Amino acid sequence: MSAAIEARDVVKRYGALEAVAGVSLEVPAGEVFALLGPNGAGKTTFVEILEGFRRRTAGEARVLGTDPEAGDLAWRARVGVVFQSAGYFDALTPRELLRHFAGFYPNPLDRDTAIAMVGLEEKRDTRIGKLSGGQKRRADLALGLIGDPELLFLDEPTTGLDPEGRRQAWAVIREFAARGRTVLLTTHYLDEAEHLADRVGIIVRGRIVELGPPHLIGGRERELARVTVDPPPGLPPPPGAWEAHPDGRLELLTAEPTAVVIALARWAEELAIGEVPGLEVRRPTLEEVYLRLVRQHGGNGEVPA
Amino acid sequence: MSAATPAREQFRPNAPSRLARLGASRVAIELASFFRSFDQVFFTFLLPVLFVVVFSTVFSGDIPGPPGKGTVPFAQYFVPGMIASGVMSAGFAGLAIGIAIEQHDGLLRRLSATPLPRTAYFIGKVGLAVTTAVLMVAIILAIGTAFYGVSPPSDPGRWAAFVAVLVLGVGSCSLLGIAYTRLIRSSTAAPAVVQPPYLVLQFISGVFIQYSSVPGWLQAVASVFPLKWMAQGFRYVFLPEWVAAVDYGGSWEIERVLAVLAAWFVGAGLLARLAFRWDRSRG
Repeated sequence: MSAAIEARDVVKRYGALEAVAGVSLEVPAGEVFALLGPNGAGKTTFVEILEGFRRRTAGEARVLGTDPEAGDLAWRARVGVVFQSAGYFDALTPRELLRHFAGFYPNPLDRDTAIAMVGLEEKRDTRIGKLSGGQKRRADLALGLIGDPELLFLDEPTTGLDPEGRRQAWAVIREFAARGRTVLLTTHYLDEAEHLADRVGIIVRGRIVELGPPHLIGGRERELARVTVDPPPGLPPPPGAWEAHPDGRLELLTAEPTAVVIALARWAEELAIGEVPGLEVRRPTLEEVYLRLVRQHGGNGEVPA
Repeated sequence: MSAATPAREQFRPNAPSRLARLGASRVAIELASFFRSFDQVFFTFLLPVLFVVVFSTVFSGDIPGPPGKGTVPFAQYFVPGMIASGVMSAGFAGLAIGIAIEQHDGLLRRLSATPLPRTAYFIGKVGLAVTTAVLMVAIILAIGTAFYGVSPPSDPGRWAAFVAVLVLGVGSCSLLGIAYTRLIRSSTAAPAVVQPPYLVLQFISGVFIQYSSVPGWLQAVASVFPLKWMAQGFRYVFLPEWVAAVDYGGSWEIERVLAVLAAWFVGAGLLARLAFRWDRSRG
């Protein structure tokens, strides 16, 4: 098996509206892939087509070698799904629900292991209706994992979690992926994509506009680095075409930040001021690249999720 | 590759032993969910209790028989009808409303993402309906015998017929309830969509009004649906033959009652399979 997910020119139309406007994507087995995009960009629609919950208008899709529209129960047993939103079985406890769901699968995880993985031990015997939003989200994750699937779909898995909960969820997802399993996640959080994903796809208005490893996306590694220093007043300026900010900081855009830093070090040595004051070297963050791409592709046209 | 582990290759989702195991697991989950919701339990059983009390109080007389046959208390006549109505309430109305809410709130979406066969889900729902129906019947009978002079049969053959009508009735009604969810377009509309057929059938099937008072053409309509046959079957258990002659224009025809209910059971099962959708929360 080479690719866990193969999609070619997938289109979903609602009347005149193209929610998914021709998406092609190949996710090899064992990869963690993140779909990023503004609200209404078509992320959830596309993922639900791959999950077999929506029919595509056109195009081809294979998930674990099967057309998701024809996926039977044996196929379902190999695919885990964490929905963006779904109803809760309020009267049951996480332990009861996980034992119940574990029974659906041929090779489930141990339910207490799953509960421990998502950090829900203290609430395992509390009715789900009485859990907080974040605790419910942890239960969602455990339900997605309980069947020990080959492929896990995660639709905004950490929305509603506190920072600690997010870190814990990330650790669970990484641990799952480390066993050679495939993950397709959608997220709003760029740090989440950067943290988890081998590759990122940015989807805007139903199209993937950029695809690649998070550190390369949008030509990030080729963009100019921004070097800033904050020299004390009265000193001769460092060599180079520095642009002065009103607050006294100096800034330089360069393709060769290493050379600039060496020159700065010599300058500081000559003046005997020790550390270069306020030195910072920055590449554009994924967030900056993302926002630029979304703007470029006119990403505010809302379509239903 | 993990896909090639032997257990996965041998995984047969619809094997009978698996359906039985998952069906039992679904029943346990349905019962736990139902009985932990106090409101649901309270109001499910309140209605039949109110009906029995109100009817027994309002219609307290006797039904006169032909010369030499004596009379039967009115409660003895309509308590079997109430039992039939309770079975339909537990099976049809209870399940249709409950499932519609689960469909539209996306609760069933979770189940549809797993390898749970729908047959196992149906078993769970029917199991829930059987349990609530049995409790409802027990409550109605207890009130009827304790306070309104209803005398249960002493003949074991009648009790066997009682169990047969109950099982086939609750089975058909619950499968019809599952199928009927297809017509419910939102969870808030569920009671409004479910009540009309249930109410109308109660009026024309001999539950609220004596069957002989229902116009012939409406009797013909009622004869299509299970409620009329359940009421007739339960009356066979509780009433002497002459009531059938007076009220149903013949005999109780218990064999026919069972045959019609059995046919409904099979037909409703097919309808449920065709009509049921896991998830109605999206377009």
